[in-house]
Amino acid sequence: MQEILLTAGPSPSDVLRYLASHPVPSAIARNLWLIPAVPIVASGIVALLKQPRRKPAAALAIGSLSISLLLSIVAFAHVVAGWAHASVVREVVNFTWLHFGSSTVDLGWVLDPLAAIMLVMVSFVGLLIFIYSTGYMAHDENYTRFFCFLSLFAGAMLGVVISNSTLLLFMCWEIVGLTSYLLIGFWYQKPAAAAAARKAFVTTRVGDIFFFLGIVWLFSQTGTLLLYNHGVGSLEGLVLANLLSQHAGLGLSAAGAIGLLIFAGAVGKSGQLPLHVWLPDAMEGPTPVSALIHAATMVAAGVFLVARVYPLMHAGAAPGGTTTSLTVVTWIGTATAVFAALIAVAQNDIKRILAYSTVSQLGYMMAGLGLGGVAVGMFHLITHAFFKALLFLGAGSVIHGCHDEQDIRRMGGLRVDMPLTFATYAIGMLALSGFPLLAGFWSKDGILEAAHRSGTIKGPFYLLIFAALLTAFYMTRQVCYVFFGYWRGHGTAHESPRVMTMPLAILAVFAALLGFIGTPAWPWFQSFLENRTAAIDFRVLIEPSVGLLMLASSLVVFVGLALGWRLYGNKSPKPEAPDALEQAAPWLWAPLRDRLYVDEFYRATFIALFGWLARVADWFDRRIWGKIVSLVAWLVGQWAKLNRALDVYGVDGSFDKTCEELSNGGGLLARIQDGRVQDYLRILAVAVIALAGILIWSSRP
Amino acid sequence: MNAVFYLLAAITIAGGLAAILLKHLIHAALAVTVAFGGIALLFLQLDAQFVGFAQFLVYIGAVAILIVFAILLTHGAELPREGVFSKSWITALIIAAGVFAVTGWAVLQSVDAVPQRNTVPAVSVHDIGNALVGRYVLPLEIVGLLLTAATIGAVIVAMLEKERSR
Amino acid sequence: MTAFPSPLVGYLLVAAVLFAIGLAGALVRRNAIIVLIGIELMLNSANLNLIAFWRFGPHPEALTGMMFAILSIAVAAAEAAVGLGLIISIYRHTNTAELDKINRLKG
Repeated sequence: MQEILLTAGPSPSDVLRYLASHPVPSAIARNLWLIPAVPIVASGIVALLKQPRRKPAAALAIGSLSISLLLSIVAFAHVVAGWAHASVVREVVNFTWLHFGSSTVDLGWVLDPLAAIMLVMVSFVGLLIFIYSTGYMAHDENYTRFFCFLSLFAGAMLGVVISNSTLLLFMCWEIVGLTSYLLIGFWYQKPAAAAAARKAFVTTRVGDIFFFLGIVWLFSQTGTLLLYNHGVGSLEGLVLANLLSQHAGLGLSAAGAIGLLIFAGAVGKSGQLPLHVWLPDAMEGPTPVSALIHAATMVAAGVFLVARVYPLMHAGAAPGGTTTSLTVVTWIGTATAVFAALIAVAQNDIKRILAYSTVSQLGYMMAGLGLGGVAVGMFHLITHAFFKALLFLGAGSVIHGCHDEQDIRRMGGLRVDMPLTFATYAIGMLALSGFPLLAGFWSKDGILEAAHRSGTIKGPFYLLIFAALLTAFYMTRQVCYVFFGYWRGHGTAHESPRVMTMPLAILAVFAALLGFIGTPAWPWFQSFLENRTAAIDFRVLIEPSVGLLMLASSLVVFVGLALGWRLYGNKSPKPEAPDALEQAAPWLWAPLRDRLYVDEFYRATFIALFGWLARVADWFDRRIWGKIVSLVAWLVGQWAKLNRALDVYGVDGSFDKTCEELSNGGGLLARIQDGRVQDYLRILAVAVIALAGILIWSSRP
Repeated sequence: MNAVFYLLAAITIAGGLAAILLKHLIHAALAVTVAFGGIALLFLQLDAQFVGFAQFLVYIGAVAILIVFAILLTHGAELPREGVFSKSWITALIIAAGVFAVTGWAVLQSVDAVPQRNTVPAVSVHDIGNALVGRYVLPLEIVGLLLTAATIGAVIVAMLEKERSR
Repeated sequence: MTAFPSPLVGYLLVAAVLFAIGLAGALVRRNAIIVLIGIELMLNSANLNLIAFWRFGPHPEALTGMMFAILSIAVAAAEAAVGLGLIISIYRHTNTAELDKINRLKG
């Protein structure tokens, strides 16, 4: 901007044209970087504290995230205002970080409806969880370290949300992965926790490799790292068309292929089917961590990423149709949803059930993105964040109240002992199941509607219905085990303190009411994201496709709830007794309880392969490289010995030998001097003979 | 060459041989005296009368006596137990033979170059005396000095021992 | 005995024989006095050589050979005196006149 004004000769029309295509970002957009920066700085300060100080650490973390929340609300309001006035909704601020050759490395951030919604959600849910953690981790000695990592995570997650440059996105993505590792393995003395942290990191790494390949490919094809850049970003206009025109094999265009590679990163981070194995194990971390990272935010980052690069994947689709890459996304999402829901039916750890539920719902979100677009998937993401966080925090409250018991077979009757927890948990559970009028109902229905509407692929619709049934079923099972029946644990259960139940209540309100911003009657959420107007229209509800679908999904939910109540009701079997479903269908129960043997499969194949490779490398190292090194060392040693021998026997030796010989010679010669004059005389005579002989010989004529 | 020469040569050589081969020292001394005499006679044969008589006087008159005195003073009459010849006498003999071979070879080599003069030199004692104090006065004086020193030295060497051993 | 090519050669050969005999004596015998006798013999043979050359050589009137021989006799006498004195002195010290046993000055 400055350079154009300072050079000579722009006409007013030039300036106006420039301003039209390069609008000056608003104050909040220019200062958007503060939103992730403040928690990261807070994390740095906490890390540098000399001695662990609990109150300052917590205060810094909560304070910094509150500031981020305030700024996020301001940004959200700004974008909503922009949307309402039908003016610009996407503002970008880009700057160049490095120059190399003729290319540049650019960083930047973007403020658009997608980012604004995620900002508010992440900071709000995060703040509630921070406050909850002050109570949950009160007895932990590593309180300060916990809040340091939490702040770092929050900052990095917010960075992912606003990032406009693929490089900045990847950097923040990796920091998110790192903090996830640190937080899962927070109680690192537990071998299970350390192993789970490593598993999470390695598994997401597999996805990240493909993500990185996608970014590199995108950069090499488009020449820019920026996603939105006044028309020349990689997701915009001409550049996207260019990507579309290039073919990448398998019937994909370059855009689609890059989109799928980036989706692979999301598969890792969001625990989709092949790479879901880390998420249940990640429950080894403290419950607030599970709530924040593995329910509301980090796993949502994968879904957010797909939403962010949706233009890449959607490019080239006929109106109302879909592309190959989106079909892949849909199927993976659907498969994950069903798979995880099946496994969740047979788990006994309260957090593990929720973990598989998360995996399943993430599959729903991916399917929603693939079938219906950004708005459908993101709506479910937002609602899910609230009620899953609620469920996890509720589970944490239960665990806390049951004195760190996590097995649902050893709980029961907590409806009476922990009423507040029960009430909020029930709301969350119903929201998750899709009980009519609660948040989950509207968002899940949006996905089912998109699935039903899809012309080309029919399978996902029925599978998603089946997954909804299972969801209702296993959540009912869990609630029955935990809250109904009679107490089977040790000691007595007690309600959690106010600092823990207050966030539960707040989240419950959202879980109940949040859905109303995205109902078919008033699709405000979807309109906001897709930048069109939203009108309240109740007649939409009566349309067959919409109304019948709502009735059908409600029916499915009721069937699931009823089945669950039928099998598990108020009964509280002894912990050792087999599960009701297990008694009914043991052939079904065993594989489900053993998580459909995915971990075992991986252990037998990939891990075995890597173990074998490691053994081969070790063999190489020890037998070959080690031997070579030893050989070289031996050679050098021999060379040294040779040198030493040369030195001792050659140099010294020759010198010593010479001296010795001289000495011996001297000794020998000394023997001539025996003191006997006659011997001297003899020698003289011999000399005379010799001399005379020579003289005479030489003077012969 | 006449028979006198051969006779005198035989006497001299025999005397020399006897001198070194005889076991008794006194016999050896006497034999060497004979050798000295033979030499003196050979000098006379060579028309060097002065030297011949000087030889008689000095060698036979003094040196031989000296030898006998020395033999007496060192109790040479007693024969040593291990024998009079050294253990490695063959080597010595070979060496001596070598020396003789060399000198004989030199002589026979230069036969043709040897000067021949058959006339008797006409020298008198008068000439010898003149030469001694004339041309050869320096050697004369030095020899005189040498003799003095030798005499004094011999006396001191033989005498000091006596004082010390007391 | 055949005739010599020249009388000088005869005298020279005699001198050579005498010299060798004297040397042999000096080398073979163990008694110091016999060694001295050998030395005297050697000196005498040298004198004989000198006089022979004086007689048969050029310029006998220069008396070179004769002078040399006379001075040689004088020196030989002096040397015999001193030598014998030494032998006597050594005899007094070591109680022996055998050269094998007198080796205190060995290297």
